[in-house]
Amino acid sequence: MKAKVAFFDFTSCEGCQLDVLNLTGEELLDLLGAIEIVNFREAISNRSDDYDIAFIEGSISREAEIPRLQKIRAQAKVLVALGACACIGGVNCLKNHLPMEQALKMVYGDAAKYYDTIPARPINAVVPVDFYVRGCPIQTGELVKVVKALLLGKKPDIPNYPVCTECKMAGNICVFEFGKTCLGPVTRAGCNAICVTGGRQCWGCRGLVDEPNKNSEEEILKKHGLTPEQVVEKFKIYNTYAEVKK
Amino acid sequence: MTQVKVDVHYVTRIEGHGNLILDAKDGKIEKLLWEVPESPRFFEAMLVGRHYDDVHHIASRICGICSIAHTTASIQATEAAFGIQPSEQTILLRKLLFDAEMLESHVLHTLFLIAPDFLGVDSVIPLAATHKDVVVMALRMKKLAYNLAEALAQRKTHPLSCVVGGFAKVPDLNELKALKKRLVECLNDLDVETSIFKTLKIPDFVRETEYIALKDPKEYAWISGQIASSDAPAVPIDKYLGVTNEFCVPTSTAKYTKNKRDSYMVGALARFNLNFKQLSPRAKKVAKELGISAPCFNPYMISVAQLVETYHIVEDSINLIDQLVERGVKEEPDKVKPKAGRGVGAVEAPRGILFHDYTYDAKGIITKANCVIPTNQNHNNIQKDLEALVPKILDKPQAEIQKMMEMLVRAYDPCVSCSTHALKVTFK
Repeated sequence: MKAKVAFFDFTSCEGCQLDVLNLTGEELLDLLGAIEIVNFREAISNRSDDYDIAFIEGSISREAEIPRLQKIRAQAKVLVALGACACIGGVNCLKNHLPMEQALKMVYGDAAKYYDTIPARPINAVVPVDFYVRGCPIQTGELVKVVKALLLGKKPDIPNYPVCTECKMAGNICVFEFGKTCLGPVTRAGCNAICVTGGRQCWGCRGLVDEPNKNSEEEILKKHGLTPEQVVEKFKIYNTYAEVKK
Repeated sequence: MTQVKVDVHYVTRIEGHGNLILDAKDGKIEKLLWEVPESPRFFEAMLVGRHYDDVHHIASRICGICSIAHTTASIQATEAAFGIQPSEQTILLRKLLFDAEMLESHVLHTLFLIAPDFLGVDSVIPLAATHKDVVVMALRMKKLAYNLAEALAQRKTHPLSCVVGGFAKVPDLNELKALKKRLVECLNDLDVETSIFKTLKIPDFVRETEYIALKDPKEYAWISGQIASSDAPAVPIDKYLGVTNEFCVPTSTAKYTKNKRDSYMVGALARFNLNFKQLSPRAKKVAKELGISAPCFNPYMISVAQLVETYHIVEDSINLIDQLVERGVKEEPDKVKPKAGRGVGAVEAPRGILFHDYTYDAKGIITKANCVIPTNQNHNNIQKDLEALVPKILDKPQAEIQKMMEMLVRAYDPCVSCSTHALKVTFK
């Protein structure tokens, strides 16, 4: 029997779901041979509340989203966080730096009273999460890997070493050499250092490795005359939630 | 007593959340609403205090489907504030990257999100069994668009290499040449799509409104030009506030807009109506074959206008690659110097005109940000269309009324995630 899979979105840009739709024909048709997608609002009209695996995209940023997520958790045998917003809070948490009232007023002016909003948080701040497909956006290859592992009842093999390792393998020149700040030394790999390869630097969208080597990051910063504050500003973009919790 | 009650809580096959509500009794409409309850995200507040080099990276996250449009509008707003004129190479690369997103978005919308309505299925998935060649073709076109974006900016969703002042990494010309071959082949796929669209029965509903889009005397405008209207003379993009006139409504987290009339339309049909003469010859020819001519006042024809535009986009991409190959591409030094001031960027996102407006301090830190999103500009027009449409179809069976309403919303290709989600229809 095919596993029944559902996709749900909360506060997000929906880019991760969109990339699911962009799996190449072969991968998509392969997956459809093994699973049955029963709920995917962005792509399918029918919906069913009978599913085994739930993929959740997005952060929780409204009161009304909490019971909705709890209901999904109660139904799903396996719950997977999809993308940075769901896994670590992501960019949505940037608003948490402002008092909610001020953020509301800034964007909606006098109409602010119409809006239900709470500080943004990753989904594991509300319900237990079984697996994480990280990144902003996700890597679809990693998603396929996770789904296959789930179907086989195995634990998906996700790297727990820093982006730096993959970046060196990709043959990139270290961006610290150009005087830029980079979160590669402390961020969980699995992206093949795509941002550095593209001429940019790591912003930490996959979250921290389990035991980040803070000393090594500080050492690198010192060597290049940079301060931790400069890194924290970059770190906030995706990891405000972890930062505030500390 | 006949009651019609439609309550579609979250219209499917659109980007984001929208509800349609219709309540009618004995042929009298008591309530008819397009509701947009998308979770508000506060991007304008998030951008304040950020350094210019991170701004377009964050702004891209407003929307996954049109992240290239947001990135481009964001970069252009920053460049306008700093007084930077991008190089010719940068403009060519930016246009090509823009075409990649437009191609993907139009294929996704016309074949994955719209076509199921006409073929009587609930999604593209059953089509994989009944119309496998069409699904494979759509996936092929989407993949081409993704690969084109990857060649230019590493990925399509949240592009990487395009930055303020230019490109942090320039593409490999051999890769572009190989993509050109696939783009030429893509025109055949589009002919197949056109033959399918010719068989679709597009609802016959007409409501004239104001049409707004970018207009550039040099070309069919995507990332340059002035704000043109069907009802008023064109104005420079930094005067956009006088056109959009945003206001908040209790039924929506998205802001609504209006200009010369009660509402206006942006997007493929608005562009088609205002800039038809600048479409490529092949696009014009297909428009004729598909029975669409400018001006067209049927909102259900938006998807047809998207298909016509897709030809233009593919031909434009081929031309851009030819130009890039001929002139060559080289790494250009980063010469960005922040300057205090305000800048506005405007582009035609797949769903219509998009504005980013930033104010910077002398260190290149944002002090104020404002974004006006295409779908927000369409919400009000969707509501007015519904008000004109529903009385004409109230005698039909409830299921049909609901389908017509959903199809209308879907035609606009609303991208409610950006605009901040909506369809709840109640028939009593």
